[in-house]
Amino acid sequence: MISVENLTKQYGATTVVDGVSMVIERNSITVIVGTSGSGKSTLLRMINRLVEPTRGRVLIDGNDTTGEPAHLLRRRIGYVIQGHGLFPHRTVAENIATVPRLLGWDAARIRARVEELLCVFQLDPQVYAAAFPHQLSGGEQQRVGVARALAAEPAVLLMDEPFGALDPIIRAKAQDDLLDIQRRFGTTILLVTHDMDEAFRLGDRVAVMSHGRLLQYDRPAVLLTRPADPFVSRMTGISDRAMRLLSLTTAGEAALPGASDGPAVAASASLREALSELVWCGAESAAVMDADGTRRGCLTLAAILARGRPG
Amino acid sequence: MSAHLTLTVPRLRRLDPLGALLVVAGATAVIFLPFVVFKSNRIVPGDPRGLLEVLPAWGAFAGQATLLLAAIAALGMSNARVRLGAALLGVVVVALAAAAAGDALTPAGNKVVRVAPGAAFWVLLVCLGLMATDAITRMRPGPGLRVLFLAVFAAVAGLALAHGTFDHLSVMREYAVNAERFAREARQHVWLALGSLAAAVVVALPIGILCHRVPRLRAGVLGTLNVIQTIPAIALFGILMAPLGALADAVPLAAALGIRGIGAAPAAVALFLYSLLPIAANTVAGLKRVPQAAVEAARGMGMTNWQVLTGIELVLALPVILTGIRIVLVQNIGMVTVAALIGGGGLGTFVFQGIGQTAIDLVLLGAIPIVALAFSAAVVLDALVEVMDRARQ
Repeated sequence: MISVENLTKQYGATTVVDGVSMVIERNSITVIVGTSGSGKSTLLRMINRLVEPTRGRVLIDGNDTTGEPAHLLRRRIGYVIQGHGLFPHRTVAENIATVPRLLGWDAARIRARVEELLCVFQLDPQVYAAAFPHQLSGGEQQRVGVARALAAEPAVLLMDEPFGALDPIIRAKAQDDLLDIQRRFGTTILLVTHDMDEAFRLGDRVAVMSHGRLLQYDRPAVLLTRPADPFVSRMTGISDRAMRLLSLTTAGEAALPGASDGPAVAASASLREALSELVWCGAESAAVMDADGTRRGCLTLAAILARGRPG
Repeated sequence: MSAHLTLTVPRLRRLDPLGALLVVAGATAVIFLPFVVFKSNRIVPGDPRGLLEVLPAWGAFAGQATLLLAAIAALGMSNARVRLGAALLGVVVVALAAAAAGDALTPAGNKVVRVAPGAAFWVLLVCLGLMATDAITRMRPGPGLRVLFLAVFAAVAGLALAHGTFDHLSVMREYAVNAERFAREARQHVWLALGSLAAAVVVALPIGILCHRVPRLRAGVLGTLNVIQTIPAIALFGILMAPLGALADAVPLAAALGIRGIGAAPAAVALFLYSLLPIAANTVAGLKRVPQAAVEAARGMGMTNWQVLTGIELVLALPVILTGIRIVLVQNIGMVTVAALIGGGGLGTFVFQGIGQTAIDLVLLGAIPIVALAFSAAVVLDALVEVMDRARQ
């Protein structure tokens, strides 16, 4: 658990982050979203002390982060930045081994961990371990960047616009991978983005920042249905807020008992996708199917529409 | 159909423009300029001899035929290997012809007559050298191959010199007289050039890192080093004489270490000062080239400042820093020559002594090794820069 207490950063007369307090739950993904200049990156960088706060403090599992030298703190916290920041003169394996080497792991343990991570990220060690970053595609470089950040099994992972440089299709894949990784390692992830869709897709909780202040910090559905500030509703998007709300629930969660002769919808699909399918087929209801092909239940058009309304 | 025809009709080759220029220059030199100059002793004006006069008939024929072959290759052949081969063959033949002329014109046992390579010899050598360099450039050899070329060439030249092939040519006559001093001054030359370079690296590297870290310092510091560069070498020697002389007077230890107003000390200090700018400026440029994201990631993952500097920044900046070192080394090898003027020693000693005695052979004894040293240093360091750059992308 990370406690941010009244964190403030001033450069001269300019206040970049203004008295932000928030609690980031363990084993969850928290997304900080805001326009450029909102102070979201500075807030993130104060957590691993790349930026030293003017006021306030950060506690990780109850311990003040200023209690040890900054570089030792950072070795325990994963860090991923936009444009990956891989070391161009080191191989993929050497890049991933960076923090374990700093921590003085023995060679065999490092080799095993690098291989494990390459496999987790679907990069064949035979092909990729000895490759240099410039030989990789953008998506592969990004995956290596995340693998490198996870190498020393950090409990906390900070990500600053990690998918900003990727094209939409690869970005969607990277986001899915991140959700898998989070489930697999149980890492506490704090991610900064300016992309509201990304925030809704990834975040268990979403924090909206503007002009250095934290406007609202809650579950995505609450941000949509009970925005605390006009800026929050503008950020979350008024014109398609119903669709956004539908996209937060899966068909499996909303499925009702019963049968349907309408189109089949995967239980993992969102209600937004289910609605789209019903509109497309001109059907009134859909059959919800589990991944193994068993029937979970059915979804009616009326039930879906009811889920898209606040309250 | 028409495409088929154009393929089967042999294309008329364009004349190679560089080749044409070299052939005209070479041919003009052979026809109008002396190939060697015969002097009855070291300082009298010489008696010019053409290429055909000095060689036996078969040798002259073989020489002419080879040069003709090189000319044809220069004009019409586009294959770089053929051009290189022809040029190198030409160089060997011209060198052997000069050696043969020396042997032929020197009466047995006579150590007074001088047979000096003439203007045509030098023009031919330059033309063939340019042709060879051009061919090598077209072949785009890798760094290793280029160093290998240099090593083979140096080995062949060294073997020929050791074998005594050129012993009857004037420059080697001067060498024979000065062999012991030559070794000493050559050592001094290399020592001054490398020593001042090493000292400059030790000082300029931190200066460059500091200028990179503190942008406010950059303009002032690099500007100051730039001003030093604009001071002519002789003037800088003069400026250094007074303080170094005073230092030697005031501190006996300094004097004991060989620091004096004239001699090697002011020369080394001047070379050191000249070396600072290229290394510091290239360190700044190299560090600026390091991807910021890599530095940010390194810090974010918990590297200490020292680890970021030595493991990431300097390693990635190394090719550019090495380019600065290459500039300095080549510059120093040339500039050490002037050190001889203030008693600093080095191969320049022969150059200035030769000028004083109007003995051009003695000037060449100093100048040729200086050019060879500078050229070799450039080739080797260029290759090193390329290897580094390739490895680190």
